[in-house]
Amino acid sequence: MRLIAGTLTDVPFSWNPVDDLSQLFTYQFMRSAYLAGTATAIVAGVVGYFVVLRGLSFAGHSLSLMGFAGATGARVAGVDPLAGLLLVDGAGALLIGALARRPRGRDVVVGIVLTGTLGLGLLFLRLSRAGEALPVLVGDVLGISATEVTIVEAAAAVIVVLVAVAFRPLLLSSVDEEVAEARGVPTRAMSLLLLLILAATTAVATPVVGVLLTFSLLVAPAATASLISGRPPLAVGLSIALGVLYTWIGLGVSYWVDMPPSVFVTGMAFVVYVGTRAAGTPALRRGAAAPRPATVSSDFVG
Amino acid sequence: MSRSHLTWNLVDDWQQLVHYEFMRHALLAGGIAAVLCGAVGCFVVLRGLSFATDTLTHVGFAGASGAVVIGLSPVAGLLCLTALMAVVLGALEQRLRGRDVVIGMILVLTLGLGLFFLRLYRGYSNEAYALLFGSILALGPRDVVVVAVGALIALAALVAIFRPLLFASLDEELAEARGVPVRAVATAYLLVLAVAVTAATQVIGALLAVALLIAPAATAQRLTTRPVAWLLLSVAIALAVTWTGLALAFWQPYPASFFITSLSTLTYLAARLVTAGGVLSRLRPVMRPAAAVEG
Repeated sequence: MRLIAGTLTDVPFSWNPVDDLSQLFTYQFMRSAYLAGTATAIVAGVVGYFVVLRGLSFAGHSLSLMGFAGATGARVAGVDPLAGLLLVDGAGALLIGALARRPRGRDVVVGIVLTGTLGLGLLFLRLSRAGEALPVLVGDVLGISATEVTIVEAAAAVIVVLVAVAFRPLLLSSVDEEVAEARGVPTRAMSLLLLLILAATTAVATPVVGVLLTFSLLVAPAATASLISGRPPLAVGLSIALGVLYTWIGLGVSYWVDMPPSVFVTGMAFVVYVGTRAAGTPALRRGAAAPRPATVSSDFVG
Repeated sequence: MSRSHLTWNLVDDWQQLVHYEFMRHALLAGGIAAVLCGAVGCFVVLRGLSFATDTLTHVGFAGASGAVVIGLSPVAGLLCLTALMAVVLGALEQRLRGRDVVIGMILVLTLGLGLFFLRLYRGYSNEAYALLFGSILALGPRDVVVVAVGALIALAALVAIFRPLLFASLDEELAEARGVPVRAVATAYLLVLAVAVTAATQVIGALLAVALLIAPAATAQRLTTRPVAWLLLSVAIALAVTWTGLALAFWQPYPASFFITSLSTLTYLAARLVTAGGVLSRLRPVMRPAAAVEG
């Protein structure tokens, strides 16, 4: 576990790219980490685009934190963590979807479902009497097995295909719900489908990168990509590219520096986002012309 | 937790409950935090600050673990960083309206920072657990005093800004036109919220603090529409779930934070069921707004 161990290698960083890369991929665990991390970053980049577009950041954060209850609950029940994660995240998504029509950050339902589930997670942690909370929260990307890599890759492929198939109705109902409804898109179903896709994504990503980083990979690359391009396919592509880049660099740096990859990924993601905003991208200047999160319309209370 | 058993004789049970000093501390600190959170929470709900509040709790975790790394008290770090973030959120507030992704990015940074401090902070295990999930039964007299003094100051501030805050929360433009200093009031409120987050983190931990800040106020909102009644009901619910949770944790071998969050959630769900039933019985189905109130 990375939280306890020191640096992973005794070989110092040489600044010779060929030597350093071959050193990086010497060990099987680093190769597995790169494969699983890449698959996670791709699926998070795709799903994250809709998270940002629909203003689902809070729901994404909550579902990834709820994974804590899924993982600890699976430990109590003695089942595979992924089963527990899928069950708890799926149930959480359905509950949020049932209680709130468009669960935005101002919505109390998300927070209440989140804390209720986390409380349960605490109970499971106590009941299982096994291990600590932190590995679940932080993830263990450097300790995953070859089987887990296959599962993550397969699940990521399924989710990406699902989003690709439903891309147009999802996009339309996210950008303009009324127009989508008029064109016969089942917007309520799309909203629920997206929450379930989000739940599946967090369930798959959590054992790999932990509940904290799952959220970061969902929101940060997509947020930056949406600033750069208003064209949906391009923004999704950029979002994937940024997520993969952060993950690769984060994993690489953590090989030589005694810190979990999540620290580098979140730091980089934030700096790039702020830098992009400060630079003032075409999509920012064009403003309303690009499909942006239609969040303003819900601002009738505050 | 206790060698004594629940007798269902309320006097005996109460005496058992307050027999130990740690329970007296917990009931006192928990009670104070609950009153503050119940009151502050009404404006979290009214101003739509759920996600911002959740982010503040994570900021608090980063602050507390950072303070430990540089050798300060966790409460000091918690309070400093949440207050700082409150000022930042106050400055950004108008631009943050409905832009969840900006809060999300602040949260991304915060999570990374918290993890960074956690990593630096080698003897992390117990302290980090206590920060994340609360350690109310381990509060010392000094912690109780810190929570109490902070909460009393915050409550006094909330009372002082109550009227302009309510006005600004209900109709910001009208309030501004009438000369209410909307920005200043919003920032003052966010500072009060920072103190409430600190108090709640002491009681049920950073990950669960949102429960006391959102659920009682959201529950009370479903049961009444008058502002003062709403506030008082929210305080009463927060106090009831906190003390009941503590009592349950005294007799049952499970964490107090679990009972407090579960009771908060269940109260909210029950209130929703009751009010949904009420609406259904009074209105014809056609007239029922499709749950748009929350959405």
